Amino acid sequence: MSALLEVKNLKMHFPVKEGILLRTGAYNKAVDGVSLTINAGETLGLVGESGCGKSTLGRCIIRLYDPTEGEIVFEEINITRMQGKSLLPIRRHIQMIFQDPMESLNSRHTVGDILEEPFIVQNIGKSEWRKKRVRELLDIVGLPARSVSRYPFEFSGGQRQRIGIARSVALNPKLIICDEPVSALDVSIQSQILNLLIDLQKEFNLSYLFIAHDLAVVKHISDRIAIMYLGKIVESGGSQEIYHHPKHPYTRSLISAIPSPDPHNKSKRQVLTGDVPSPINPPSGCSFHPRCPHVQDQCKHNRPELRTTSSASQIIACHFDV
Amino acid sequence: METPEYLLEIKNLIAEFDTDEGRVRAVDDISFGIRPGETLGVVGESGCGKSVTALSVMQLLPQPMGQIAGGQIFYNGRDLSKLHHTEMEKIRGGSIGMVFQEPMTALNPVHTIGKQLAEVVLLHMPVSKQQALALAIKILKRVGIASPEIRMGEYPHQLSGGMRQRVIIAMALVCNPSLLIADEPTTALDVTIQAQILELIKELQQDRGMSVMLITHDLGVIAETCDHVVVMYAGKIVEKGTVFDVFDNPSHPYTRGLLDSIPRLQDENKSRLNTIEGMVPGLMDLPEGCRFENRCPYKQSDCDTASPPAELITSEHEVSCYHWRDLIAATA
Ligand SMILES: Nc1ncnc2c1ncn2[C@@H]1O[C@H](COP(=O)(O)OP(=O)(O)OP(=O)(O)O)[C@@H](O)[C@H]1O
Ligand SMILES: Nc1ncnc2c1ncn2[C@@H]1O[C@H](COP(=O)(O)OP(=O)(O)OP(=O)(O)O)[C@@H](O)[C@H]1O
Ligand SMILES: [Mg+2]
Ligand SMILES: [Mg+2]
Repeated sequence: MSALLEVKNLKMHFPVKEGILLRTGAYNKAVDGVSLTINAGETLGLVGESGCGKSTLGRCIIRLYDPTEGEIVFEEINITRMQGKSLLPIRRHIQMIFQDPMESLNSRHTVGDILEEPFIVQNIGKSEWRKKRVRELLDIVGLPARSVSRYPFEFSGGQRQRIGIARSVALNPKLIICDEPVSALDVSIQSQILNLLIDLQKEFNLSYLFIAHDLAVVKHISDRIAIMYLGKIVESGGSQEIYHHPKHPYTRSLISAIPSPDPHNKSKRQVLTGDVPSPINPPSGCSFHPRCPHVQDQCKHNRPELRTTSSASQIIACHFDV
Repeated sequence: METPEYLLEIKNLIAEFDTDEGRVRAVDDISFGIRPGETLGVVGESGCGKSVTALSVMQLLPQPMGQIAGGQIFYNGRDLSKLHHTEMEKIRGGSIGMVFQEPMTALNPVHTIGKQLAEVVLLHMPVSKQQALALAIKILKRVGIASPEIRMGEYPHQLSGGMRQRVIIAMALVCNPSLLIADEPTTALDVTIQAQILELIKELQQDRGMSVMLITHDLGVIAETCDHVVVMYAGKIVEKGTVFDVFDNPSHPYTRGLLDSIPRLQDENKSRLNTIEGMVPGLMDLPEGCRFENRCPYKQSDCDTASPPAELITSEHEVSCYHWRDLIAATA
């Protein structure tokens, strides 16, 4: 079986337009050589520090950005350089849910208009059929049918996220990029949305790239997890493996930092020191070396490539087996 | 004068807003206290009144719509609402530090980080400019900003979101406050930086006996850092107690619902999570009785009669539910 999505050595370098760096032609290497695959019906969790390039990677995959280098292959078709009309069928199959639904939902349009729009863009169905489909969508995400004539600002944060989800599943996509879909929500709403995403996946055999910084949430919903650090993937594997046997020092510090919701069991945190490095001027060698508790001399000079570990499905970019 | 038990004590606080549709009560008759050196966590659904409570303490409700319509706020035994505004200005940012929920508004885009930090110090402490700058560098280092000397000369837009948030935390801590009020201070930060900040707050408490009021929707953060917890729902406190009371014996159906909704690391992948069905009532149409009634799985016929009063379960554990005994019996 071939993968639904294959990303190969993807790079997205933004030219830096500010200050003294302008003259030196510096680049912000937001995504710097990422490879990953997602199979049908599977969820890949993507975790990493703020600014490490997660959203940029997602935006490259739905082709909001033109990647600098590398390949995006969807259902065995190379979509990396597709433009204009040829992207239309791809847009139908790959959708995105954004962190702040308010940003992505046009507040001057009713919910009905917002949900009908994807059909109009794709030129699917007649008006009556589309209206019926909109009501079905509202039902799928658990919103009352009368929502069609209301505006996004009349809804709570959790309900707005449901509208965003309804829109993203409207065209029966195969892959949805979920960019921090629950980060802004409180726990009781968060659990409703996660249940909904899991139900939709089962019903429609959807695949997700699920971006989040709450590791308990990512573990709950993902089959596999990739850990990103400064534009690169530093570890990936099955979600159980990653949690129970993290191998990269960065993954370990991430997992040890998860606060446990049990006051008797305060986590023994391994607090990282040092600052988050800049993707404009990344450290030499392994980009994690300035903060790594196990740093050795060679880490400062040689960049570790991803390699397999004792567990067949788990790969890490680290010189050592700590 | 006798030293009071609480550094901060809120008694029967009511906060209201004038809106186009009329006057709404965002915080309705809440009381709690924070002892010296203690951390109190405040949790609750979005819109339940956590930030409004914090802003009331600081006497910073948006004017002219917002007002404290009842109750008292004692800080070190003095009623803050009776202070002259010049006195309140001295306390704000000095002996009470505050981290606001909207980080974007907390830093001035046209001044350097160093200038803004030093200004806060000079306003509240009898030190020279040199000493103020030295204190600023020291605190930046403690919140995990590398090369603070260089960062001092930079403007807010030159820092990443997480770094800006740490500068804001530094600003709240630079004058050695006795009380830190932090509204979702780490929500925008990833777990490693969050851990670093929480560790720092803990150290400062040990070194200087600082008290903390920590508002967050992350129950993991509450469990890790708080001594006491207040659970709010639709403007009221529904449960309060020590962190062990609240996590080990959650006695209000809402608290239960919250704790049951968190994904746990030991859960099976993609298993169904518990949820609290339904929605919080709007401030314009709050019910007569218990405000959680329309979503409560333990609801009985008397729940909609009047707002349930707080009852003591143990000396420090308090719950506002008519049927907490049934709830405990049903899940024992
Ligand atoms: N359109 C853009 N133009 C220039 N730089 C950008 C652009 N979008 C992102 N960047 C830069 O790319 C880097 C990665 O940003 P990105 O938004 O992908 O991070 P992230 O991992 O999603 O972080 P967060 O968890 O905070 O959302 C950052 O340094 C950011 O400043
Ligand atoms: N300026 C205002 N005018 C009118 N109503 C307001 C104003 N500010 C807050 N409110 C209302 O007061 C209530 C409490 O708001 P508050 O900001 O304290 O919520 P919160 O518990 O901090 O929520 P969150 O977790 O989303 O930050 C809300 O219903 C809100 O709509
Ligand atoms: Mg992002
Ligand atoms: Mg708030």
